Amino acid sequence: MSVTTHPSHGLGALKTSPTEDLNTAKIAMRGLDFFYGDNRALKGIALDFPNRQVTGLIGPSGCGKSTLLRVLNRMYDLYPGQRATGEAMMDGINLIGDDVDVNALRARVGMVFQKPTPFPMTIYDNIAFGVKLHEKLSKAAMDERVEWCLTRSALWGEAKDRLHTSAMGLSGGQQQRLCIARTIAVRPEVILLDEPTSALDPISTLKIEELIDELKSDFTIAIVTHNMQQAARCADQVAFFYLGEMVECAPAAQLFTAPREKRTQEYVTGRFG
Amino acid sequence: MSATTLSAAGAIPGPAKDLRVSEALGRSRHRRNMIVKALCFAATAIGLLFLASILATLVWRGMAGLSLTVFTTSTLPPGSNGGLLNAIVGSLIQTLIGAAIGTPIGLMVGTYLAEYARDSALGNSVRFVSDVLLSAPSILIGLFVYQLVVNPFNGFSAIAGCLALAVIVIPIVVRTTEDMLRLIPATLREAVIGLGAPKWKMITLVCYRAAREGIMTGVLLAIARVAGETAPLLFTSLGNLNWSTDLTKPMASLPVTIYQYAGSAFQDWIDLAWAGALLITLGVLAINIIARLVLRRGV
Amino acid sequence: MSDQPDHVVRSFDNELKRLRAMITEMGGMVETQVSLATQAILQRDAAAAARAVEDDVKVDALERDIEQFVIRLLALRQPMAADLRHIVAALKMTGDLERIGDYAANVAKRSIVLAQYPMGYSFSGLAHMLQLVQAQLKAIIDAIGNNDTEQAIAVWKSDARIDDVYNTVFRELITYMMEDPRNITSCAHLLFIAKNLERIGDHATNIAETIHYAVTGQVLTDARPKSDNSAYAVVRPPE
Repeated sequence: MSVTTHPSHGLGALKTSPTEDLNTAKIAMRGLDFFYGDNRALKGIALDFPNRQVTGLIGPSGCGKSTLLRVLNRMYDLYPGQRATGEAMMDGINLIGDDVDVNALRARVGMVFQKPTPFPMTIYDNIAFGVKLHEKLSKAAMDERVEWCLTRSALWGEAKDRLHTSAMGLSGGQQQRLCIARTIAVRPEVILLDEPTSALDPISTLKIEELIDELKSDFTIAIVTHNMQQAARCADQVAFFYLGEMVECAPAAQLFTAPREKRTQEYVTGRFG
Repeated sequence: MSATTLSAAGAIPGPAKDLRVSEALGRSRHRRNMIVKALCFAATAIGLLFLASILATLVWRGMAGLSLTVFTTSTLPPGSNGGLLNAIVGSLIQTLIGAAIGTPIGLMVGTYLAEYARDSALGNSVRFVSDVLLSAPSILIGLFVYQLVVNPFNGFSAIAGCLALAVIVIPIVVRTTEDMLRLIPATLREAVIGLGAPKWKMITLVCYRAAREGIMTGVLLAIARVAGETAPLLFTSLGNLNWSTDLTKPMASLPVTIYQYAGSAFQDWIDLAWAGALLITLGVLAINIIARLVLRRGV
Repeated sequence: MSDQPDHVVRSFDNELKRLRAMITEMGGMVETQVSLATQAILQRDAAAAARAVEDDVKVDALERDIEQFVIRLLALRQPMAADLRHIVAALKMTGDLERIGDYAANVAKRSIVLAQYPMGYSFSGLAHMLQLVQAQLKAIIDAIGNNDTEQAIAVWKSDARIDDVYNTVFRELITYMMEDPRNITSCAHLLFIAKNLERIGDHATNIAETIHYAVTGQVLTDARPKSDNSAYAVVRPPE
């Protein structure tokens, strides 16, 4: 008798697309440690974000999943006393190396936060702001870029008649889609989403999820979420974090139907602590 | 009292609760509440009474001295139907220049404190000094500028007055700028940084914009504060009974003129002093209202 | 599930226990049905046959209850991992058990017809088959109750024996029919009975696979040892 790890119920098979580079790692972390002062918040993380796939990061509060995103985007540079060691390779560059041009890196690895954070300016300027940091575009090219990223983030229909009004007037869900638009406007390769829907209503949440599904054809995406159903819906592979360790990483269908690790099992079935 | 209707709660299991005790406690709480409330009302009434009487006197006496000549004529000797034109213009010039010097400095110091020196020793000492300056008696500032500018150079001058007012403006603007910048959520800053923006662009393009209303309010309040300052001007711009817009010469200002006229023996000067006081009060009031409107629009 | 800590939401634990209890109850009812049917055939007990048929209504009702309960759990609890597997497994097992109940009722009905015919031939093959199927069923229902994958795998493997006996019984009955045309009616019924028993064995095997997946999260994939080759059986009449 033999036993396969992927159930054949149609639950388990990983979604595959004909593109050949899907299984190569866009970001490969090995032995990644992170410290808040003396507190080791990430412990020897070894994890790949496969190219143009969605990786879901789940785990209880304080397990290090958001911290991981902040490491990859070098957000921790803002705060003294925080440091990362180890390896997070993207296209042959160690993202956490000292010699990395952090601003250029952030243009390649974009981040969207838990709460919508529109800048206090017009919708158009919200998007143009990031683009102007890295490129010099003509007015026409900028218009085109704004339309492109608003279309990709499913906001063009709602925003096209009010591009030059304040972004603060948008609804929460629209603001979050604007933040995604703003992030993709600078043409990143990786998008990190830190609980992007935790402040949104269910319909706005579904719109963001639909957007994630749409965006993964072009971008490598990592999403931190507290909502396991959301991870199950959005992610190709899911990694479970606990107390700063990466406990298990598996295709979403496997992790939610038949996790290997006892701690994962207890967490996803709601038996924790 | 409605508390008695809650006594039906005996059916809930758990430790027993003596309803008579809790009702008695409720009654005594209610009594004490009434007493404290009455005391608060009384204190407010007393405060308002004084304020209202000051304002009423000011309006009553000020209106009496107010006429068109106040705005068209400079100060003249007693009995010759003079006005306050030179004092009004002098006040405007010194206040505006003082604010123009103090605001950018205060803005930059406040930015430094909020963005670059949050927890550094230097930042903390700068903040402390600025706070001390904020509450320092303004006459000290007048003396300071007197020692620094008036004494070594050619005596009293309007520019010295402007500098003294600027020194008062700085700590106010520092405090409001820092407070307003600190109110900006870390997530907004991270969002800007996350796009790959350098820090100075984050501050100038986003943080200032987000804190704009608050900072403007601070500046307006600083202007309102210095518009009524007398003490620092006594030692610096001194006051001038004649028309002068020369910054290197002594210059008249409303507060100093009020100070000089109110203590004189001439009824028309005293009337003009009241009129001047009313003008300053109305000006400060107007600035305060504008500041509030600005802040409300922003929030 | 028993080796795990409780859910944070305790009422969910109670619901899972209740689901387990319902499935075990249904298993018990079906087991009784099959033993009643056995009694009806071997001892020509018409009363037992009638009870087996009556019980089928209760089994069907319980199946519907379990289905409703499972749908409720899926909708309200959105179970994951082991919980999800056990709940879906309950849904699948309840279907298998219901089919087993149907077969038992059908066997019982045919036993009433059989009782009207004299038995002029040996019954031992079928009796053996009845014995095997009952043992199989008991084993698998115990396995459900204890989440016992070992036992489930044992059941899964031993279905081949039932198939072997079935082939023998099949040939035996055809031989009886050829020997004496008066046996044809009773033997035809016996053929269907044997087929029903063989199907009960298959459903027990399905349940074994379901238990294994529910407990381990892994699927039993090898082709099951299956030796029902009655489909190709040729029994030539004597020349």
